Amino acid sequence: MTGPAESAREAAEGEYNFAYLDEQTKRMIRRAILKAIAVPGYQVPFASREMPMPYGWGTGGVQVTASILGRDDRLKVIDQGSDDTTNAVSIRAFFEKTAQVETTTQTGEATIIQTRHRIPEKALSQDQVIVYQVPIPEPLRYLEPRETETRKMHALAEYGLMHVKLYEDIARHGHIATTYAYPVKVDGRYVMDPSPTPKFDNPKMHGMKALQLFGAGREKRIYAIPPHTTVESLDFEDHPFKVQTFDRPCAICGAEEVYLDEVILDDRGGRMFVCSDTDHCEERRAAGHVGEAGGNPLEREGAA
Amino acid sequence: MYVAVKGGEKAIRNAHRLLAHERRGDRTVPDLTLRQIVEQMALSVARVMAEGSLYDMELAALAIKQARGDLIEAIFLMRAYRTTLPRFGYSEPLETAKMLVRRRISATYKDLPGGQLLGPTFDYTHRLLDFKLAAEGGEVPEMPELAQPDPQEMPRVTDLLGHEGLIEPDVPEHTPESADEDGEVGDLTREPLSFPAERDIRLQNLARGDEGFLLALGYSTQRGFGRTHPFAGEIRIGEVEVEFFAEELGFAVPLGRVSVTECQMINQFQGSAKAPPQFSRGYGLVFGQGERKAMSMALVDRALRSRELGEEQGAPAQDEEFVLSHSDNVQATGFVEHLKLPHYVDFQAELVLVRQMRREWEERNRQDKADAQEAAE
Repeated sequence: MTGPAESAREAAEGEYNFAYLDEQTKRMIRRAILKAIAVPGYQVPFASREMPMPYGWGTGGVQVTASILGRDDRLKVIDQGSDDTTNAVSIRAFFEKTAQVETTTQTGEATIIQTRHRIPEKALSQDQVIVYQVPIPEPLRYLEPRETETRKMHALAEYGLMHVKLYEDIARHGHIATTYAYPVKVDGRYVMDPSPTPKFDNPKMHGMKALQLFGAGREKRIYAIPPHTTVESLDFEDHPFKVQTFDRPCAICGAEEVYLDEVILDDRGGRMFVCSDTDHCEERRAAGHVGEAGGNPLEREGAA
Repeated sequence: MYVAVKGGEKAIRNAHRLLAHERRGDRTVPDLTLRQIVEQMALSVARVMAEGSLYDMELAALAIKQARGDLIEAIFLMRAYRTTLPRFGYSEPLETAKMLVRRRISATYKDLPGGQLLGPTFDYTHRLLDFKLAAEGGEVPEMPELAQPDPQEMPRVTDLLGHEGLIEPDVPEHTPESADEDGEVGDLTREPLSFPAERDIRLQNLARGDEGFLLALGYSTQRGFGRTHPFAGEIRIGEVEVEFFAEELGFAVPLGRVSVTECQMINQFQGSAKAPPQFSRGYGLVFGQGERKAMSMALVDRALRSRELGEEQGAPAQDEEFVLSHSDNVQATGFVEHLKLPHYVDFQAELVLVRQMRREWEERNRQDKADAQEAAE
């Protein structure tokens, strides 16, 4: 007979089920995913498990990915658009360890992309699934803190409160002051939180060829947008939805109409704008595109 | 540079190596053994088992050692390990009336069958630092003689009151508000929490909940935010047998003993159209010796019953959704600490908006000033 400390040791040595979760749990999550796909934009409660990473750090996305991952999949994990942010590295390492699947940083090569806060610039295909990590799945939460109330509001499609909030923004600031996690209406029915992606990415969700899955571990909700589904960002006729624009291209690859990160270079106001989607930037540079910086000054600095 | 440069993987690896190094501390100081932690940090071990909802002292000690004494981190380690364990079923309800009692006190009676038994308590110690403990290899305290209470002679205080019908029964009669007709007990580690939550789920949530959070909420009820007029009817600490009903055998078999702390609060209740005036209960139960947690839990349990008892609601401790959604420290610490993760994409979105709004504001101000000047001239 093995004591608990001993079996803990065995577990630590790699005795996990494929992709960590046991098969019963995966089946439970898959059922929730199927329901979510059947009712686009509706938040399906599921019995989220305690994962070996903190709540709020992607446990929902990780559970969804673990449940749909097969041995032949190629996984890409990004955070803020980058494959190299610390938490993306950590989640990728988790699946390398527990599922031994192939991983990639190339958007086009991946079959499953788990993301936090961005949608890749390159259009996704029907053979891909994108899994979003969601902190607060309820788009009405900051207007109404009670779950008992918000569930009722969704059931009755009572979204007046959200429109009032957007209207008040315009009345007070002249703009809708929501810049990320900008609410969308899915398939003409449910108002949904797109996760804290910048509103720049909202149009990419509309009619996307890839299946979009959303996992919120701490809040125990899964929701989905099936391929080719209508996704509208909420707005008004006289104040149509607009995405962020940048008045200069990426300094490294010269890309326009992409989302840029502002990198502070010194304490005298020096800054540069570079692609937030690092893979997109690399691909463009490989294809010979060069920005005003002439190359990647950050890499040179890093090497020093 | 923080992210723009590759190297996240290496940085993480190095950070973890440094963590392991610092965890060990000065190499000339002997390594802590799990046995030492179990024996001498017993109350930390109890808290980690209780809030980690896994009864295993050795694993709790390991978690505390690995977490460098950070108890919430240790609780998290226990929870994450717990999820990987197979589940055989649910035990029979614990019979705390048959507890092998190490401590038992009642604040509602001067004396009672079985007596008051102080047991190992900090109560009535003067909180003076004992510098004798600072000396290595100091005096070894003598083993005192222990009373051997007979569990048969130590009935639960609430049962004594129950004989007179002065307190609501342990298993309330079925009302639309009470638990499932079939008596099935919910499990929020298997089903997502939903509202309104029944008392079984509420108690499970509180038993796993953060001691500090429940302490503050319980305290708030005493100060008037949802007053419940509590008396500590009984607090008992000791060992109880865990039994498991084996289908193949057709009867329950003992699995072993666990140490628990039980607190039964007795609260005033004026009665309603449905119920006669009688005392009502608030219940707390935690693994190990955890009196503060058990008492806080009992206060909060009673406060959360305001709906079913038809009392006025409005205080934080009576707000089921507020209490149950925020009691779990593993969830809370994860979400609070996730603010450490990079958020620069969203921050960029806010920067763009704030810059634009500022430009417009300055433009408006300039215009207003120009208009005012024009009017003055």
